[in-house]
Amino acid sequence: MGAFDRERLAMLVQPDRVHRSVYSDPAIFELEMERVFGYAWLILGHESQVRHAGDYFTTRMGREPVIVVRHDDGSVRVLVNRCAHRGSMVCAEGRGNTERFVCPYHGWSYDRGGRLHAMPFESGYAGKLGELGLHAAPRVALYRGFIFASLAESGPSLEDFLGPACASFDDLVDRAPGGELEVTGGVFKHAYNGNWKLMLENHLDGAHPAWVHASSVAVARGAPDPGPPGEEHYYDIAVRQMRQNGAPDAVWEAVGVWTTRFGHGYLGDYHNDDRLVVGLGNPVFAEYHRMLAAKVGEAEAKRILGVTLWNSIIYPNCSFMSQFRQLRIVHPLAVDRSVVYTYSLRMKQAPPQMFRDTVAFANVVNGTASWVLTDDLEVYERVQRGFSSGAVEWLNIGRGHGRDVDEPDGTRRGGTGTSEIYIRAQMRVWLDYMTAGA
Amino acid sequence: MPGEIEQFLYHEAHLLDTQRFEEWLDLFTEDATYWVPLEQNQSDPVETSSIIHDDRTLLELRVKQARHPRAHARTPMARTVHQVGNVRLLGESDGELRVASTLVLVEFRAERQRVWGGLVEHRLRSAGATFRISHKRIDLVNSEGELDGIAILF
Repeated sequence: MGAFDRERLAMLVQPDRVHRSVYSDPAIFELEMERVFGYAWLILGHESQVRHAGDYFTTRMGREPVIVVRHDDGSVRVLVNRCAHRGSMVCAEGRGNTERFVCPYHGWSYDRGGRLHAMPFESGYAGKLGELGLHAAPRVALYRGFIFASLAESGPSLEDFLGPACASFDDLVDRAPGGELEVTGGVFKHAYNGNWKLMLENHLDGAHPAWVHASSVAVARGAPDPGPPGEEHYYDIAVRQMRQNGAPDAVWEAVGVWTTRFGHGYLGDYHNDDRLVVGLGNPVFAEYHRMLAAKVGEAEAKRILGVTLWNSIIYPNCSFMSQFRQLRIVHPLAVDRSVVYTYSLRMKQAPPQMFRDTVAFANVVNGTASWVLTDDLEVYERVQRGFSSGAVEWLNIGRGHGRDVDEPDGTRRGGTGTSEIYIRAQMRVWLDYMTAGA
Repeated sequence: MPGEIEQFLYHEAHLLDTQRFEEWLDLFTEDATYWVPLEQNQSDPVETSSIIHDDRTLLELRVKQARHPRAHARTPMARTVHQVGNVRLLGESDGELRVASTLVLVEFRAERQRVWGGLVEHRLRSAGATFRISHKRIDLVNSEGELDGIAILF
């Protein structure tokens, strides 16, 4: 790849600016699929999606179609969804339970570990069946129930990769009494004509809601006030969220934003709303608090509920939010086309209303027809169209540059809550991935 | 009378196609629900997500948001044609008519045209010489697909 040697790539990513080609050049996108999505740990889902032996679902690792399946020995396997014979996808899109994956083309069948089980006209292969299995992702690992895989034979361990961002997953899982979470309640799949990085650069951006979401903020302010504790409306949770998107600048500046060496990041909670943070006075939340305390003790329950993080980014393909249990996975389709799968997580041992709130939140704030999300998508597309300008070559990522602070736990914190530190961290690790073999 | 029902549904479609959204809202009862399920054959709007699941208040807020000058995805609003067909009276219960129809919708905005198809169910209450909608459900054929953002009303 002479065209994109280390020197050339380093030119594109500078401390406070990024060249537009990083988001718009198809050749760079091809290289990303190999060096970022072909190497990094990618989150694929949650173990509740493959609870029993033979349970499977299909997804993508970058553009690689894969099957995530629970093997007979209890391990989770990730198989490239491509027959070893002629390359047909052996498994149609979806999920289910199966003993074997049978290719529709010539009937080659594979077991849950991807080993070739049988084929017609076997004698034509002179006993070399052992070599002909489904390609498996060489590394699969779980953290707190979340399934990750890497297409590279070697690299940092999952725990090293997550580093301080483990705390963010811990926050998500610890909040569930008994640590029990399950993916359920439907999957939104929203697409946009923009680069995959645009989503990851948006979710920790405290400077955008007042502008991108100005209309939903204004309308939510005029909405009926939330009902008193115990008598909330279906939509209160979403209205509160939209109102808080219009928080004063000082709130956004005061909120914390942290990044890690591998480009992950998380944003402190910018809500001052009792329901969203500790639920003072809300009987459902009080019942939930009791159920959590019954598992871990009151002191630990208070500590868990006192963690106030908002969105977390796990680079390069995941964004999640612990308080309403929303998980989003971005799949790059082309340099200017991406699709995001949005999952809801249910706490199995919490009052049912908690998950109903999650569903209402998902519908109104994160759903494909949401009047919050669709304004984000519109802006991603306008940004992508802007990249066609040759008159303006650079994007500025300099907000707060030079004021980032290294913290004792290995994170780096933005000097203010609206620092673009998270983009700088993402671009730094992007350059590491892209130049690792250059 | 079936003819009146059809005329009412055409009128509703026309209000949407001429962007008279406030008049369209007035067709709904105060306790109305408007539902675009996410999953095929979805039976539950509470424990499973929906593309849209609005009560009357949320539906009004949705229309207000669309009118806001900084509603980026809705400024300008998409142009639409709602083609209503195959109208069938399914039955009557509790003073409400249950009416099935099909919807083919063409949408144009920002140099992109999209086509939607859906199976629709209305629940209608008599209101003088006309009807009010107490429930509208639209099952899109591609509700489980990968969809670009939706900024129209079905």
